[in-house]
Amino acid sequence: MELLSNLALGFQTAVSPMNLVYCMTGALIGTLIGVLPGIGPVQTIAILLPTTFALPPVSGLIMLAGIYYGAQYGGSTTSILVNVPGEASSVVTCLDGYQMARQGRAGAALTISALGSFVAGSFATVVLAVLAVPLSELAFKFGPAEYFSLMVFGLIGSVVLASGSMAKAVGMIVLGLLLGMIGTDITSGVHRFTFGVPELSDGIGFVSLAMGLFGICDIINSIEKREKRDILKSKLTGFWLKMKDLKAAAPAVLRGTLCGSLLGILPGGGAILASFTAYMIEKKSSSHPESFGKGNLCGVAAPESANNAAAQTSFVPLLTLGIPPNVVLAMMAGAMMIHGIQPGPRVISSNPELFWGVIVSMWVGNLILVLLNLPLVGIWVRLLSVPYRLLYPAILLFCCIGLYSVNNNTFDIGLTALCGLLGYVFHKLECEPAPLILGFVLGPMMEENLRRGMLLSRGDPSVFFTRPLSLAFLLMAVAMLIVVALPSIRRKREDAFKEG
Amino acid sequence: MSIRHPKDFLAGVMFVFFGASAMVLSLSLRIGTAGNMGPGYFPFALGGFLALLGLFILLRGILWAKAGQAWPVVDPKPVGIILLSVVLFSQILRPLGLLLSTAVLVLMTSKASHEFRWKEAVLNAAVLVAIVLVVFVYFLEFQLPVWPAFVTGRV
Repeated sequence: MELLSNLALGFQTAVSPMNLVYCMTGALIGTLIGVLPGIGPVQTIAILLPTTFALPPVSGLIMLAGIYYGAQYGGSTTSILVNVPGEASSVVTCLDGYQMARQGRAGAALTISALGSFVAGSFATVVLAVLAVPLSELAFKFGPAEYFSLMVFGLIGSVVLASGSMAKAVGMIVLGLLLGMIGTDITSGVHRFTFGVPELSDGIGFVSLAMGLFGICDIINSIEKREKRDILKSKLTGFWLKMKDLKAAAPAVLRGTLCGSLLGILPGGGAILASFTAYMIEKKSSSHPESFGKGNLCGVAAPESANNAAAQTSFVPLLTLGIPPNVVLAMMAGAMMIHGIQPGPRVISSNPELFWGVIVSMWVGNLILVLLNLPLVGIWVRLLSVPYRLLYPAILLFCCIGLYSVNNNTFDIGLTALCGLLGYVFHKLECEPAPLILGFVLGPMMEENLRRGMLLSRGDPSVFFTRPLSLAFLLMAVAMLIVVALPSIRRKREDAFKEG
Repeated sequence: MSIRHPKDFLAGVMFVFFGASAMVLSLSLRIGTAGNMGPGYFPFALGGFLALLGLFILLRGILWAKAGQAWPVVDPKPVGIILLSVVLFSQILRPLGLLLSTAVLVLMTSKASHEFRWKEAVLNAAVLVAIVLVVFVYFLEFQLPVWPAFVTGRV
């Protein structure tokens, strides 16, 4: 079967000694940075992106994928041990995970988190492999109108599934779209909004924007808030789960996996929505719902499996259609483009070893994480006892060095500082930066497709509504907006975010 | 008339500013028609949309939001020190080299924290200079000027 031969090709690429080393390195440093409280996968990828540039594209992407899972796993570790979620999708893990840690059962929580994530990751990799070819064949039927409408759907989805004011989120998306237009216009070759600065003729560097908005800004906010990061002093014993714990948690893992695999493909929430939904489903279907929030193992198993499954299947739209469904994957898309690969349906046919190599390395990365991280938990915890005031200068230093290495010029560092200032302003005004990044990555593509679509239809905008696939996407986008605007759903959404 | 939701109000102002700027800057580019969009078309349209959206958010913040929200509180010290340190780093990296710039960056940024202690910061700087040398220069082979220009005679 073709699937098997594709997977074989993937294995050949992913398990080559060099790529294995990169995968392992990525997973390790991803976990290392992800374990640091307050630094989630987005910041981790932003900080570590420059280290992948010197590598060939396949290896670079494999390492990035390793960093991604490593960061997710590191974030779970911090959620359980220190009650500080690395990012939104780890919030749910804190609820029961930290309680378990306080009861001396941190080992069990960490173990089920790793095992559940592995099972979920394996299942999701299969889903990814199975869906890849049919989806990209579907994508070939996409014309510019369909792409444009799909991107609109993706952007609206990210607004709807995010927290906070929807109007401001839409504003951030549009601002991101505009920022993406700085630089040289692809179609006409004209310089736009560059104010005569030569370094801007390629546009704002993606790395600068990401590091400024997420990395630097995050540090500034943490210092300002004077966060006390309470480290768990008690000894970590009892790593291994008892058999009865495993039996109890198994259905939770399965439910979480299914939940995550499905929701990960959707634009917008992905892992976040998956972990919340899995937790709520678990709570509703449990025989002891009142024990949730007080240290129920299933309350850790389900969301952890869900968010790992979602993390994997969220690669589906990126690798097949070229559309990143959420912020982290927007960063991966940015990284792919920096390595010279245009994410989209052609990647399967033009670079099959890259495509299948990355998919297989996801599974390999999951395996490595389970094998490496459980014994290393002790080290991660010791890392957490470094006071934040000593840690953040190190983080800033790595960011600055990384930034310089991108283009060997100092302008990028200054630009990042400016983005950091912007990020600070956004944070003060309660505007979320995540939709902005999504808009930034998609902006140029959206414009190109819009122009092409209008050119092909000779200026007739109805083409977006008369072509069935395009119409379908636009209707889904509108439907999502309506669903969220309805008061009852709005209240449930607020409740879901209040739980975290 | 007091502003009910200052953060939304200010966010609206910000969006209006960015939207209007985009529109004004786009005017110097060719706008074109719907069927033949010039480089200025999409930015102009987006700018207009953003400005209108900003106006809506602004008015919502004044007129019909939940009343009594707080103004944003800004502590200039952390953000000022951190950002200035980063910019400073970018300016001294080439002339002073990586090692000195690292030390300066670590010392300056440490000052932003309210838990700052001189001895710790100096020790931290020393450790990080060593780490940077080993990891970035020897191991990962980043192309960075290591020693100050007046030492190596570098331009």
